[in-house]
Amino acid sequence: MGRLSSALAELRNYPSAIIGLGIIAFLVGLAVYTVVVIPYDDALDKWRGGDQWRLYPVNASPVWSDRLLGGQAPETKVVSSRDAEIEREAFEGGERLSIPLRVDFQAGDFPSEMTVFFDADGHEREPFARLVWRTPDGREMPLGGSRISRQDRMSISQDRALEQRLGLVPHIGLLATPDSEPGDARVQTGEYELTLDVIVFEENADFEAELVLYGRVHGLAGTDHQRRDLMVALMWGTPVALAFGLLAAVGTTITTLIIAATGVWFGGWVDATIQRLTEVNMILPLLPILVMVGTLYSTSIWLMLGVVVALGIFSAGIKMYRAMLLPIRQAPYIEAARAYGAGNTRIILRYMIPRILPVLIPTFVTLIPTFVFLEASLAVLGLGDPVLPTWGKVLNDAQSESALYSQYYYWVLSPAFLLMLTGLGFAMLGFALDRIFNPRLRTL
Amino acid sequence: MTAAVGMQRDFRRLGLFTGKRLLALFLTILVGVYLTILIANMGGRVDDLRMVQIQGEVSEMVRGDPAFQDMSSEERNALIQRQVDLEVERLRLDQPFILRSFDYLYRAMLLDLGRAEQMHSDTGSRQVYNIIVERLPATLLLFGTANLLVFFFSVYIALSLSRRYGSAMDRSVIALAPSSAAPAWFYGIFLILLFAFVVPILPSGGMVQAPPPENPLHYGLDVLRHMLLPVLAMFLSQIFISIYSWRTFFLIHSSEDYVEMARAKGLPDKLIERRYILRPTLSPIVTSFLLMLIGLWSGAIILEQVFNWPGLGTLLFQAIGHRDTPVIIGSVVIFAYLLALTVFLLDILYAILDPRIRLGGD
Repeated sequence: MGRLSSALAELRNYPSAIIGLGIIAFLVGLAVYTVVVIPYDDALDKWRGGDQWRLYPVNASPVWSDRLLGGQAPETKVVSSRDAEIEREAFEGGERLSIPLRVDFQAGDFPSEMTVFFDADGHEREPFARLVWRTPDGREMPLGGSRISRQDRMSISQDRALEQRLGLVPHIGLLATPDSEPGDARVQTGEYELTLDVIVFEENADFEAELVLYGRVHGLAGTDHQRRDLMVALMWGTPVALAFGLLAAVGTTITTLIIAATGVWFGGWVDATIQRLTEVNMILPLLPILVMVGTLYSTSIWLMLGVVVALGIFSAGIKMYRAMLLPIRQAPYIEAARAYGAGNTRIILRYMIPRILPVLIPTFVTLIPTFVFLEASLAVLGLGDPVLPTWGKVLNDAQSESALYSQYYYWVLSPAFLLMLTGLGFAMLGFALDRIFNPRLRTL
Repeated sequence: MTAAVGMQRDFRRLGLFTGKRLLALFLTILVGVYLTILIANMGGRVDDLRMVQIQGEVSEMVRGDPAFQDMSSEERNALIQRQVDLEVERLRLDQPFILRSFDYLYRAMLLDLGRAEQMHSDTGSRQVYNIIVERLPATLLLFGTANLLVFFFSVYIALSLSRRYGSAMDRSVIALAPSSAAPAWFYGIFLILLFAFVVPILPSGGMVQAPPPENPLHYGLDVLRHMLLPVLAMFLSQIFISIYSWRTFFLIHSSEDYVEMARAKGLPDKLIERRYILRPTLSPIVTSFLLMLIGLWSGAIILEQVFNWPGLGTLLFQAIGHRDTPVIIGSVVIFAYLLALTVFLLDILYAILDPRIRLGGD
């Protein structure tokens, strides 16, 4: 092992290896952090989507990309009745509430959507609410009223009558300056107020309201078409990609190596059979088989991993390992091992394989990104794991929602960036290792 | 006299060698194709799926046809059953799979690819052969152009870099080599983003605009325009790694003693390159060239998907979606034959280029 450690020490002389190691360390750190912060079940649950994401905007880009381009797009603002000063006025058989929801709007662009969520639990007779919108310059616009069922929402953006009245889409028209025309609307900044006049027919029953001005930007990663925060997928993609790449690379390299060593050691028909099987395997197309397994059985990432390893057992690498192992078979130290009575398994596992391991390390490291990209490729074809969030699946979603056409570039760029980072990290380290471990490259 | 005997011995050995290799390759193809047939059936799962599909389609057809409206439900069910039986017989699903598999194998080995079950070519032909041949030019055009460009550029640049080993150019190529860790479709996405959306000057996919131009010259130019991005994607993803590996390869060979000797003699660089570096390394170069040529044929499912290119990769993807076994098997059979042919050609070329293999004997 002395050679191994001195070789590793030599890595310090290669800047690309240092950068590569840094990237890998970052990715491993991110993976560990992700698994700790968002446990597995939690991640699956979040990625399934649904009502838990109701306060998130649709297709919002990351905050930093907007700020970098000099934009002032709004983030999501949520105003809850819990923080408001509610005026109560009791009357016979009920209560009249006046809830002012104040929001200070200073962004340079309109919100992407406006919704009011109600939570009226435990009412026998449904309460009635009337909404009035007040702009900073004192204009008042009634937004209509309605009965509120237990968990209700009022989508102001989709109020067609209001749109007709304003001449603009409601979430733009309500926040625009008075002289705004369609196509040329400017934001009026300042404090807006949505007053809810609610008549409740019971005392002591809950009534809560939330006004949500959905933003156009969100967090570090933005959101997708199902309002999911892409950060979940980007973060969880890291452990999944690393695990898939590492397991597939370990699985194929180790099995291939053992088979090659067995063939070389026993020679004769064993060797011949292994050689022929390798040639047969070369004819079998890997990707179409994976696509078939994916469409017919399941697209579980672990099943795919199994198939990749199974098909990789007799891969073309055997030929290369065989060429390296053949001279070792005749080496005097193997002779010595036989002389003391070492068995076949012992010679193969303890004497032959360790001898060529160092030469394999670079190949192994450069194999990892190949498998990471294989997983992404399958996901892009629509055969990603059904439940796990992965980078490839984000790309696939983006592609099927025509993200590029709709100019949601972040949706494609951020998973692609992480994929590229992984590929580069391992490849840079692998290339440096190759120059260290490969004796013929060493002198160059 | 001795020369003639030597020649004869050479030919005899070459013949024996050829015969052995042919036999081995034939067996390889046989086993490989049979395995593909087994895999394409997925342990009977595909048959089950197709039975369900036939049942559904036939009953829908009968129920939807006004001519059968006034039949009693018994009569109608009998009709459906009859139609299903006919369809099952047409697809030969009534025979056990093992029997069918040998029949598939026999016909595949004779390159009789049979008829597709669901798919048809754009001209309406059901023959697997026609379907494949129709897609072949698109794949060959795209992948041929890209790979030939990569191959010749990389060998040429690598040769000149190995001469100027250690220069800034050389070092930047080494530094850029890891960028090839990403496959071509990945660069494709970026290129589409850049040149089809941010700066919309090139089409984002497809092979020719719709409707296709009448004039053959314009047609060609339009195809060229559509090819630009996918070719560039493949070029970007492969060029640096190929330059890097060829450069290393040439460097190793240019440090051989006989090359040093030639240099010491004062031979001109060009001559050393041609006679002392390229000639002895000809067999690996030819190998990688031929292997590249077969790589062409299989195309790339994903790159074609990303660029919406109507080639073989897309065909295979569609065939898997339609569970059209003959098309899947047909594509793989042709691939297997081409691979075997290439391997065989390589063996012969080796024997001709490198006397050690031919004369080494056993």
